Amino acid sequence: MASEIAQPELSDANSVGIVQTKFATLFVPPNPLTLEGGQKLGPITVAYETYGELSPGKDNAIFVCHALTGDSHVAGKHSADSRKSGWWDGLVGPGKALDTNKYFIICANVLGGCQGTTGPGCRSPETGQPYGLRFPFITVGDIVEVHAALVRYLGIETLLGVIGGSLGGMQVLDWVARYPDMARCAICLASAAKLSAQGIAFNAVGRRAITADPQFQNGDYYGDEPSKYGEVGPRFGLALARMIAHITYLSEASIERKFGRDLQHSDHLAYDLQRETEFKIESYLHYQGKRFIERFDANSYLYLTRAMDYFDLAQRYGSLQKALGRTNARFLITSYHTDWLFPSVQSREIVTALVETRRHVTYLELESVFGHDSFLIEIEQLEELMTPLLAEAHRRFRTS
Amino acid sequence: MFRHDHTAALTDRLIMDQIGRNSRVLDLGCGDGRLLCRLRDEADCSVQGIELDHRGVVEAISKGMPVIQADLDEGLDEIPEHSFDFAVLSQTLQQVRHPQNLLRRMLRVAKRAVVLVPNYGHWRIRLQILLHGRAPVTGSLPYDWYNTPNLHFMSMLDFRDLCRQMKMRIQKEIPIIHGEAANGAWGANVRADSALYVLENE
Repeated sequence: MASEIAQPELSDANSVGIVQTKFATLFVPPNPLTLEGGQKLGPITVAYETYGELSPGKDNAIFVCHALTGDSHVAGKHSADSRKSGWWDGLVGPGKALDTNKYFIICANVLGGCQGTTGPGCRSPETGQPYGLRFPFITVGDIVEVHAALVRYLGIETLLGVIGGSLGGMQVLDWVARYPDMARCAICLASAAKLSAQGIAFNAVGRRAITADPQFQNGDYYGDEPSKYGEVGPRFGLALARMIAHITYLSEASIERKFGRDLQHSDHLAYDLQRETEFKIESYLHYQGKRFIERFDANSYLYLTRAMDYFDLAQRYGSLQKALGRTNARFLITSYHTDWLFPSVQSREIVTALVETRRHVTYLELESVFGHDSFLIEIEQLEELMTPLLAEAHRRFRTS
Repeated sequence: MFRHDHTAALTDRLIMDQIGRNSRVLDLGCGDGRLLCRLRDEADCSVQGIELDHRGVVEAISKGMPVIQADLDEGLDEIPEHSFDFAVLSQTLQQVRHPQNLLRRMLRVAKRAVVLVPNYGHWRIRLQILLHGRAPVTGSLPYDWYNTPNLHFMSMLDFRDLCRQMKMRIQKEIPIIHGEAANGAWGANVRADSALYVLENE
């Protein structure tokens, strides 16, 4: 999940510079991926970016799992005149927590996404038409299977770390449950071992906003000509879904601090119902909705929120202890006291299971006003924890 | 804040002597993880720290120690019951708001509790109050009344009473005099600066 309530400005000296998205084709015939839902899918194109150099010993690779609406573009810029840097640019770069002078960083767009990896907006090789709702059902586990295949495709057996927040954190947990020996560190931020009923509820409203839009057309809204996001499809529904979700990423305190009851265009109330964006917070949410539909596919939103809803590690493995008790990865778990979408109690549940199974776990509930979005914003706080954690794990990995 | 001095090394040693090899150990208020590090490296223990101070947590991470940031007064909810062999609490019991709750909780999560507490029955403290009529300030109690982290003042006799009342068995009591373990020393409640207890449920 990603919103941009406070995108910090960063100097270029610590940037990875100009980067390019790369593509890999995996699960080619006759080896399609058998999805958790039972269907088969292949070939699968994966869009990914890497930063830094893989060491000869292949002991410095860190996989970053992005959140619901993120993409593989974690750091740097796609061109010199790009307006924005990657979504975690503050954390990834020379001298930063994920130090590209030391580590090889990988991030891939998730399966079912819309930023280059195979998803419902892609054309089916069989029909030549966009999949739409004919795209098979996917789960967090399926997303992780594709990530893991990409890592192997890059010639890496064991990752130094796998790291992510929110839906990215779910991928981290699923990864070490699925492949207990594949990562030395697991960093799981503002996340949970299952989506709460409240989380499912918000996702349900978001999906309904999309499917109730007359332009949704049962998912077949792409048209014959290639079009940009935001031009076709359930624009209003998707924007509304984003507005709702965006509120859940913030906190009461952060909204109050940033907007309060301030008016957008005037000093006094207009007493006019036609003014839809009278308050600053309204204007902000509309803007977020508008920006979102320019970069995101409504069908992907449906598939990925559903994958989140389905995520329940304990249910899949019998218990959290069984799911997480087999890995020797060192865990760093953080939650944020103002995060009401993934409240701390959900992180503590993971910590308890890890302590019970004698795993190596570090946990902090961090102070931040930014709610669920904190993990994208409070970079220094994370850097302070990740830098020593990774350095120690890297030292141990190299000497093992 | 984290003492690396001679006394700290001695108390670490004394605590380590109570803990068997390969034990699963929880250190409550682990500071920078110094003791945990030694327990892991020298006694092959499986360790877990708890610390409230942020700097301590970061230092413990740098040492490769697993640490949970938590307030000892908030119930240790993350720690499952019966998951440790030993729970260690060094020079901290007098600083928590609810010592009884913490002791009870320690013996719920661990088979044994190793507790190091100051002894306010020490003669120097008694003498200061008697002679000066003021709150005592000594080497092991270096605070003024208004800025001390210590909320509770007990002597060895008081601590024994509490253990009895809470039905905790004192498996071992070691008075510490001038930083040295003084097993079975005479007049311990007058002479010891602090004391180490190994406790278990009756």
